[in-house]
Amino acid sequence: MSQAEVRKGRYKMGRLEKKNTLIAYSFLAPNFIGFAVFTLIPVICAVALSLFEWGGGDISRLKFVGLDNYATIFAAKKVAEKGIGYFFGRADLGIALKNTAFYTVVTVPLTIVCALALAMLLNKIRGAVFFRTVFFFPYVSSMVAICVCWSFMLMRNGPVNQFIMALGIDFNKGWTADSTMAIWSIILVSVWRNMGYYMVLYLAALQGIPRELTEAATVDGANKWQQFLHVTLPQLKPTTFFVSVMMVISCFKIYDVVAIMTEGGPGRATKMLVTYIYDEAFVKNRYGQASAISMVLLVIVLAITIIQFSSEKKFSND
Amino acid sequence: METSVHGREIRKDNPVLRRILRVIIWILLIALAVFTLIPFFWMISSSLKLDREVFAFPMRWIPETYHWENYSLIWERVPLLTYFKNTAFIAVMVTLLQTLTSSFAAYAFAKLNFRGRDVLFLCYIGTIAVPWQAYMLPQFIMMRSMGLYDTLWAMVVLQAFSAFGVFLMRQFYRSIPTELCEAARLDGLSEYGIWARIMLPLSKAAIATLVIFTFVNTWNDYMGPMIYLTRDMNKTIQVGLRRFIQQYSSDYHLIMAASLCSLVPVSVVFLCLQRYFIEGIATSGLKG
Repeated sequence: MSQAEVRKGRYKMGRLEKKNTLIAYSFLAPNFIGFAVFTLIPVICAVALSLFEWGGGDISRLKFVGLDNYATIFAAKKVAEKGIGYFFGRADLGIALKNTAFYTVVTVPLTIVCALALAMLLNKIRGAVFFRTVFFFPYVSSMVAICVCWSFMLMRNGPVNQFIMALGIDFNKGWTADSTMAIWSIILVSVWRNMGYYMVLYLAALQGIPRELTEAATVDGANKWQQFLHVTLPQLKPTTFFVSVMMVISCFKIYDVVAIMTEGGPGRATKMLVTYIYDEAFVKNRYGQASAISMVLLVIVLAITIIQFSSEKKFSND
Repeated sequence: METSVHGREIRKDNPVLRRILRVIIWILLIALAVFTLIPFFWMISSSLKLDREVFAFPMRWIPETYHWENYSLIWERVPLLTYFKNTAFIAVMVTLLQTLTSSFAAYAFAKLNFRGRDVLFLCYIGTIAVPWQAYMLPQFIMMRSMGLYDTLWAMVVLQAFSAFGVFLMRQFYRSIPTELCEAARLDGLSEYGIWARIMLPLSKAAIATLVIFTFVNTWNDYMGPMIYLTRDMNKTIQVGLRRFIQQYSSDYHLIMAASLCSLVPVSVVFLCLQRYFIEGIATSGLKG
């Protein structure tokens, strides 16, 4: 083979490769252009915006302020004066973080217990499809409708309080208007709405447990509870880990329920990270500061994601 | 020896025990199902009452007289029909664009070799990890300067090109054997032909999952329309309903009737396609 022919061959390969790449790009283009403009660029700009100040109006009004936004949201001056207690006790961000963390810490285990219990009950029973649909239904029904329904039901003279009174407990406060109960009403609605979703994940995982394992336990004389504790639960570990990570992330992003049921109140009792972002940006027109808060959210979510990735191996191997 | 005795014992009294256990589980499940559905029962019952009856003591689950006129009243009080139309427009456009473009792009990611594939795919995956609330502000500023603020198209373009769709479809396409594509290539089918004639028909289940995911999510989306849609003529059912609630805050019966109406379309879609939805979640484990 002469050198010219080899070169020609190479040239041909190059052209073919080029053609293939072009075809591939033509497949990607419709989605990628939209994705780049509306997602990728904003993601890249997100950090930058937190260093600017913008009160609406023209884009040219963006003003570089460095780390000022962060100093404001972390209440740097006051914290330096009065200590870290001020941040968690008084500063908006501290309170939003505290509320969000409390909500997460309560909601995640509660939802997991409910979802797992439902899945265990539904596993290998007739009529499972019907019940599965019922338990899943709250998850697809629209937020505004179910939140307003719940907030009516939780009113001072609503059906929930009537039920509680019928049990002989003296309780006649409106849940969403009471500063200690408000966050619990949000937790209640969240657990009720999401348990069906995670139940589906658990059901899938339960079906993946090899039958021999439970049978062997039965032969060894283990009762149902022991079986659950020593066979089923360890087998579900990867799912539980995955579910909790997903749920923690979605808990930190909570907005809808709060916005519809309590609007962050009463006072700041249910102020969450995202409701805080919304208020700063779209009510008070402080976009730079709101961006700085959303960076706090980003750091939290990314940290959780990184923890997930680094421990995924450990959990899926046993 | 002992274990086998145990085994026999267990097997012997199993039928009776099992039946009792099954009955208990059934009773428990029915009780839990009723608990889960109570808010919906209450919504229906309240929507057929008069406003002063809603919080009457003791409460009645079945209204004394059925006030069906509540359901005609709400259409006069609020432009519900406009809200419905807007939401349907956004949901249908997003679903269409999303399914089409993401299955197209997913084909390239799953079955074609080209330079920069892994980097591009990493971009997609990376943004899934970034919460929307973290970049919604730059996005908002950008959309405003593009003149898309307070238009329905803002909601469409915002959601139509999500990385989630591409990821879901790519995972599915990867499970289709590459030999199929190669055989088709030898038969002279172009890449577009392979996508249209082989990949699309084979991925019906994945597409159904994506369609219902996208539809339910756009229909129920609250924060997006809340930020972008301000004029009444542009509102979706969710934010429109919210406005109605704030305006007529003590017309409990009407609010419940309107809320119930907002649930109908998505419930119908869900009940028809629920198999795909639930199985899609179980296999992908991803939240839309």
